[in-house]
Amino acid sequence: MNGIDLTLLAAAEAPTGVSLMWLVVAIPLASAAILLLAGRAADAWGHILGVAASAAAFVVAAWAFFAMLGRAPAERSFNLGLFDWITGGDFNLQAGLRIDQLSISFVLLVTFVGTLIHIYSVAYMSHDPDRRRFFAYLNLFVAAMLLLVLGNSYLVLFVGWEGVGLASYLLIGFWNQRLDYAVAAKKAFVANRVGDVGMLIAMMVMFAHFHTLTFDGVFEQVQADTASTAVLTAIGLALLLAACGKSAQFPLQSWLGDAMAGPTPVSALIHAATMVTAGVYLVVRSGPIYIHTEGARLAVLIVGAITLLYGAIVGCAKDDMKKALAASTMSQIGYMMLAAGLGPVGAAFAIMHLLTHGFFKAGLFLGAGSVMHAMKDQVDMRRFGGLGTVMKLTWVTMMAGWLAILGIPPFSGFWSKDKIIEEAFVGTGWQPWVFGLVAMLGAGITAFYMSRLFFMVFHGQARWTDDQHPHEAPPLMTVPMAILAIGSVDLGGILCLIGFAKWLEPVTQAAGEAAEAEPVLAVPVITVATLVLVLAGAALAWVKFGAKTAQVPVLPPPANVLVKAAREDLFQDTANDVFLVRPGQAVVKGLTAVDGKVVDGAVRGIGCLVQTVGGGLSRWQTGFVRSYAASMLAGVILLAAIVLAVWL
Amino acid sequence: MMFHQSILNTDATGIAIEWDRLAPVLIVLGAAVVAVLVEAFVPRKARRPVQIILSILAVVASGLMTLMMALAPSDYISNTVAGVAVNLDPAALYIQLAVATSALLGLLVIADRTVQGEDAFTPQAASVPGSEYEDQARRAGLVQTDVYPLVLFATGGMMLFPVAGDLLTMFVALEVLSLPLYLLSGMARHRRLLSQEASLKYFLLGAFASAFFLFGSAWVFGATGSLNLYVIAGSMTELGMDPILLVGVILICVGLFFKVGAVPFHSWTPDVYQGAPTPITGFMAACTKIAAFGALLRVLYSVVPSLKVDLKPALWTVAILTMVLGTVVGVVQQDVKRMLAYSAIAHAGFILSGLVTFTTDGLTGSLFYLFTYGVATVGGFGVIALIREVDGEGHMRGEATALDQWRGLGRRSPVLAGAFSCFLLTFAGIPLTSGFVGKFAVFSAAFGDGAWALGLTGLACSAVAAFFYFRVIVVMFFSGEPAQPARGGLGIGVRTNGLTQVAITVALALTLVLGVVPGWFLDFTQSLSYFIMP
Repeated sequence: MNGIDLTLLAAAEAPTGVSLMWLVVAIPLASAAILLLAGRAADAWGHILGVAASAAAFVVAAWAFFAMLGRAPAERSFNLGLFDWITGGDFNLQAGLRIDQLSISFVLLVTFVGTLIHIYSVAYMSHDPDRRRFFAYLNLFVAAMLLLVLGNSYLVLFVGWEGVGLASYLLIGFWNQRLDYAVAAKKAFVANRVGDVGMLIAMMVMFAHFHTLTFDGVFEQVQADTASTAVLTAIGLALLLAACGKSAQFPLQSWLGDAMAGPTPVSALIHAATMVTAGVYLVVRSGPIYIHTEGARLAVLIVGAITLLYGAIVGCAKDDMKKALAASTMSQIGYMMLAAGLGPVGAAFAIMHLLTHGFFKAGLFLGAGSVMHAMKDQVDMRRFGGLGTVMKLTWVTMMAGWLAILGIPPFSGFWSKDKIIEEAFVGTGWQPWVFGLVAMLGAGITAFYMSRLFFMVFHGQARWTDDQHPHEAPPLMTVPMAILAIGSVDLGGILCLIGFAKWLEPVTQAAGEAAEAEPVLAVPVITVATLVLVLAGAALAWVKFGAKTAQVPVLPPPANVLVKAAREDLFQDTANDVFLVRPGQAVVKGLTAVDGKVVDGAVRGIGCLVQTVGGGLSRWQTGFVRSYAASMLAGVILLAAIVLAVWL
Repeated sequence: MMFHQSILNTDATGIAIEWDRLAPVLIVLGAAVVAVLVEAFVPRKARRPVQIILSILAVVASGLMTLMMALAPSDYISNTVAGVAVNLDPAALYIQLAVATSALLGLLVIADRTVQGEDAFTPQAASVPGSEYEDQARRAGLVQTDVYPLVLFATGGMMLFPVAGDLLTMFVALEVLSLPLYLLSGMARHRRLLSQEASLKYFLLGAFASAFFLFGSAWVFGATGSLNLYVIAGSMTELGMDPILLVGVILICVGLFFKVGAVPFHSWTPDVYQGAPTPITGFMAACTKIAAFGALLRVLYSVVPSLKVDLKPALWTVAILTMVLGTVVGVVQQDVKRMLAYSAIAHAGFILSGLVTFTTDGLTGSLFYLFTYGVATVGGFGVIALIREVDGEGHMRGEATALDQWRGLGRRSPVLAGAFSCFLLTFAGIPLTSGFVGKFAVFSAAFGDGAWALGLTGLACSAVAAFFYFRVIVVMFFSGEPAQPARGGLGIGVRTNGLTQVAITVALALTLVLGVVPGWFLDFTQSLSYFIMP
């Protein structure tokens, strides 16, 4: 029913700020084009243009946001037609933007955090000769990500979806002079492509059944029950596959750890705050589909639950600071995925957690970047320790992020994650118990590994390698860190106070009012139990890694089989190798052999045959007029014979 | 008396002459007569420019008249022009337009000469090759300007050929277009013996083929009692499958098959194409083929449709043989001109495969194919005319036509090599060139008519033919200089007065435009794709 309302609204006049929303995509895109085309000539001012483009996008987005606030909740959704993109037969697609509560939240997150990270990068990348190119890619990413969340159809979304994949590839491999970084970039790209196939299949099925790809059109027909549950389940699963690729969810999670090869601001923006959450966006946006298909929704829940535990376990064993954070990102997105699978109410909290996570995880990554900046790009936490006294500002900002991710009240992670855990306990049968307990257990493990990271870096004895003189980062880096830290402290509380879930309701409950339901455990019980687990995890970490008495070996100690497995990312690369890479290579080798022997052989054979026949026939061309005339006469007789034969 | 009436269709008041409808033919033939007078009375020095201007103006005027009529066909079509000697139907108008276009481009190539003042023709055609007389003529700087009236006569015959309303007019047109071509083929400046041999072969075999045409006309006259195409067509339905008529029609077709170069009446093509002066080769490869197909279309579509069931097996045989032989033998050619000759044979087969469907789609496809093929052919031979061999001392000599001499041409003359590649791509039928659209049109017509054998053979032959087109591109761009210097030296683009370049540019532009946005021209072709049926 809401779907119909939205199409009607498309005709309504959008306020000025909203009607200019195309600029938020166009400005960074134009900036990226200028930076790439101008080449070295733009080296001197490229970074300034990059920051300005991102900031301008934020200003436009904020303007649109306030213009939306001035309207009644049901009228805050706009379709902004841009141009006729594809017109062919009965398929017409207008490229357009959809500006509503969900997309504007994303746009604000991407442009605000993006701008801070742009500023941070000015200092972080100041010694890199290719800084201009870096900013061009960052702008390209911002433009693509905004197109992804603003598109009014799956096809426009897909353009942005591919765009962020490309930008991510370019930025992970930014230092492609190092082979392992280039390989990491390729791995990310390939894993993403696997997901993209899911996206394509979903779109094809949608088009086959609904003859449209716009959100409004598809959801309207889903409401009207024009497709069978099997079709909806297929679409839901294909979309989930796409989301798994982009958001590094099980079983396509393996690329995210390697993606840390990119410069740290990239890890903060793309591989923590924004791009990797695109899968969550996709699932939440497709809520009207998932609500009609129990099977696909359950698959989302299972994927989320597996990934949140998977990431948490891997995070416990990582000594590489950035990889530990990457594992944590994976785990936190698992929470969001779980929430998104829980239905309309959970979806709202998924987005809320996505926003708070965007702030505190970006803050943690920028802090990590600051530590690397101080420690000559070292990432091995076993060689850190005691940095809290030297880098006070970084220590404070990272502490804010750490407390936020732990979910200690009143830091922002508490408000969003606790809601997800509560919501996971809602339901009947075995599901609330399994998913609720997994979510709660995950919180405890998160507390352990994040505290481990925090203590290993900032507390305990200094275990620095020789020739280290850690120092605080310049203000261009610390100011964005501080702003993100402020967000880590209070964003969750603010979102809760202003009723963010309520604000999202027109989108998340587009398919109908969600019934309020009570969890299978009392809410205070859940909250207290979670907090106890979190404190226990943190305390364990303190004893092992933080206290003055704790001994942290500078080399990874020999460990039991479980820890080894966790250090190896639970053998995900091995699994990929055995189940995908090697069979794939075997198939390719087989096909190459077939191509070489059979196909090429046939082609060569035909070539030889033609040459031989041609050589033979050209002997007919004797050069003697008499034989030419004879052949003509023979031809006449032949034709006359054929004609007469037909006549007879 | 009845016979005389129907042959000549005269009455006491004489024949009404529709001057406007005949203008395209008359302008060219009139200019040819004037050109003969120019040869006689204009001083030697002024002859060449006067002849060039006269002939170009005549062809342009004729082409514009045709275009005017083609744009408003309903005002002009008539089957009683000059008595009944000329039938002006839309498809014939289109053929005339195509002939005029290709002839104009061909004339530019013919009129061009190098900056040293050498054109493609021998200074004194009457001299014995290698004789003292020839040497003197060359040193005296003689120019054989009677090339232009000959070309005009040939063009006039080609303009008349497709609009002929009776078999006698058609035969006269055939001879008017053929005789000048026999002469022109023997006038090459270099390799004169080869050229004269080609001329003689062309003449002998052409006479042989003309005899078949005449013989066939006689049989048809015997069966129907008339030479007028309408009368013949009318009596077809009455006579039905009369063996005398069938054989007569087949013999007429043989005469026309010879002109279009269809197998097994093609054997003159490689020798003549190779021996004739290259500009003349381009001119006749394009214009003769268009005009002869025009006449063939007229015979097949307006005279014998009622016999099509009986004729189809024979026509299919010719089409398939033509495609296969042109392609397969083309693969082993080592001379660029010979290779294009076989390619011309293969193209005749492709056009035939659309044409013998006897459908409107087939007619449209064939017409479009003819136009685009003619334009590209003039352009292609224009490029060949510019590629000359250079000997050790850097002297420019004759044309470099051996494939070995084209090695690395892409580095020596990149623009010409690029243009030639485009023409090769259109011959191969690569998308975004007009050749693709033409092939698509004829083959889809063949498939649409259920002629799977023709369509599939055509596709297979196109694929094989692509090999020898691409081989030239590979030789030009991707192969180094030969280890042993090619016999006669490497080829290189020669500097000329620039007329050929104009022709090549126009041909290239038409080829690409009709490949990228063919719709409007296909519509135009479609609007003219019919004959006035009796």
